[in-house]
Amino acid sequence: MSAADDAPPAPTRFEPPVAPASAPFWDASREQRLVLQWCRDCERPIHYPREACPRCLGTELEFRPASGRGVVYAASVMPKPGNASMAGREPYVVALVDLEEGVRMLSNVVGLRPELVEVGLAVEVTWEPLSDGRHLPLFAAATQA
Amino acid sequence: MTVHEGLRGQAAIVGVADAVSPTGELDGSVQALEVAMIREALDDAGLTIGDVDAVFSCTWAGWAPSLGLAEYLGIAPRWTDSTQTGGSSFEVHVEHAAAAIALGLVDVAVIAYAGTPRSSFKRGGSGFASRQTMPGLTPQAEWEMPYGLRMPMGAYALAASRHMAEYGTTSEQMAQIAVDARRWAAMNPRARLQEQISVEDVLASPLEASPLRKLDCCLVTDGAGAVVLTSAERARDLRKPPALVLGTGTCHTHSMISQMPDLTTTGAVVSGALAFAAAGLGPDDVDVVELYDSFTITVLLLLEDLGFCPKGEGGRFVAEGVLGPGGSRPANTTGGGLAYTHPGMFGIFLLVEAVRQLRGECGPRQVAGAEVALAHGSGGVLSAMSTVILGTEATA
Repeated sequence: MSAADDAPPAPTRFEPPVAPASAPFWDASREQRLVLQWCRDCERPIHYPREACPRCLGTELEFRPASGRGVVYAASVMPKPGNASMAGREPYVVALVDLEEGVRMLSNVVGLRPELVEVGLAVEVTWEPLSDGRHLPLFAAATQA
Repeated sequence: MTVHEGLRGQAAIVGVADAVSPTGELDGSVQALEVAMIREALDDAGLTIGDVDAVFSCTWAGWAPSLGLAEYLGIAPRWTDSTQTGGSSFEVHVEHAAAAIALGLVDVAVIAYAGTPRSSFKRGGSGFASRQTMPGLTPQAEWEMPYGLRMPMGAYALAASRHMAEYGTTSEQMAQIAVDARRWAAMNPRARLQEQISVEDVLASPLEASPLRKLDCCLVTDGAGAVVLTSAERARDLRKPPALVLGTGTCHTHSMISQMPDLTTTGAVVSGALAFAAAGLGPDDVDVVELYDSFTITVLLLLEDLGFCPKGEGGRFVAEGVLGPGGSRPANTTGGGLAYTHPGMFGIFLLVEAVRQLRGECGPRQVAGAEVALAHGSGGVLSAMSTVILGTEATA
């Protein structure tokens, strides 16, 4: 289920630009698949995607499927919108999510009351459509432990 | 880590000036204010614009701030620096100036800042170019802006959320930092917010980004300041007692909050250790601290990372009011960014107050017998940390 199914009507979200290095990430989002960039030299995941590995400066980089599972590292409830495109969604949760693969993403945790989103909550990816066919990765409480 | 012990006591801050108002507003353009501060700080030192051979500016309008400022001043410096690390820029500038002075590359350096966001808002302007509205293909536009994190308070709220979960820190403990800032501000007739508040007042103020509330957040005011540095040798012939640069250190760990490696530990661990090692001092040797208080959580993290209390103990450390007047760890003696002024960047004011405390110029808010002062700037979203330890002649 996508997060948008049960969300109230809201203005169009700020749509992220696509950097050349992250095009495969956004392409996969069209099929609601979460992928992460990996460095083949040091065998570690990279987020956000770059032209070179931020550890070894290697350029042998590839995208691999990610589990979509993670844990809330930090969370904050926004009582007012952070930008005009979020008007009407408040209060909403902005969280840092530590993915199983070992990288951290900023996102929203949706589908449960904001005050229930706590550090340590197990979450899984869900998707909100963007206007161009891409999807934005959001997170919801994990359906199984 | 190589420690630049050779810099200890080689350079000194010899002139300071700042302009703030209890109304939060100042008359005049940022250019006029910045030049006025430079004139006042030079006069404070007993120097003139003709003595200046190094210019530091991170915000002067145009494509290259230090070039624009020097052109406006009508000087041709031999050392130029437009380093921009946000609110810590001015501590970084002091480090660069002190190093250049120690090597004999610079004689007299001027560091200046002015901001008028409060007046700008009133005139219908945006105050500052907001990170949230910055256009174009940036990592922040791609990976943060779609999620509506309120900036900058949301970034600090995430750090507070993590610190509370990891160490049991409470909103009440953080609120005490704001309460103590007002206690200092009550002794500073130029402070924007001089009315006393309680922990309950902080907790009852509107939520900005949980767990941070309005009174956990710094002001938006107009303000301006400048500092002048020269060699310790030349400083001894000038108008005021020098504030010797005993040690400096800088470390930045990220630009965006989502790239901060550990939201409970900042680069101040590194910048503080470098500065203390260079100075040959430790936290117990510091008489007065001026810590960048963009938010209450910022102060709490800096106290831990600079070694004034163990990691995770910041909440318990501040809870009894040790930071306030008469406390064992007097901090942010102007009232800080929370109560004195915060014109977008506060770093210059930390330096100005540290120097005034060492000179004994602070009247009712003077920390008796202050010989060593620490000014610490935090720039960006806990991104760029820079520590400056200053001392009187007695500490040389």
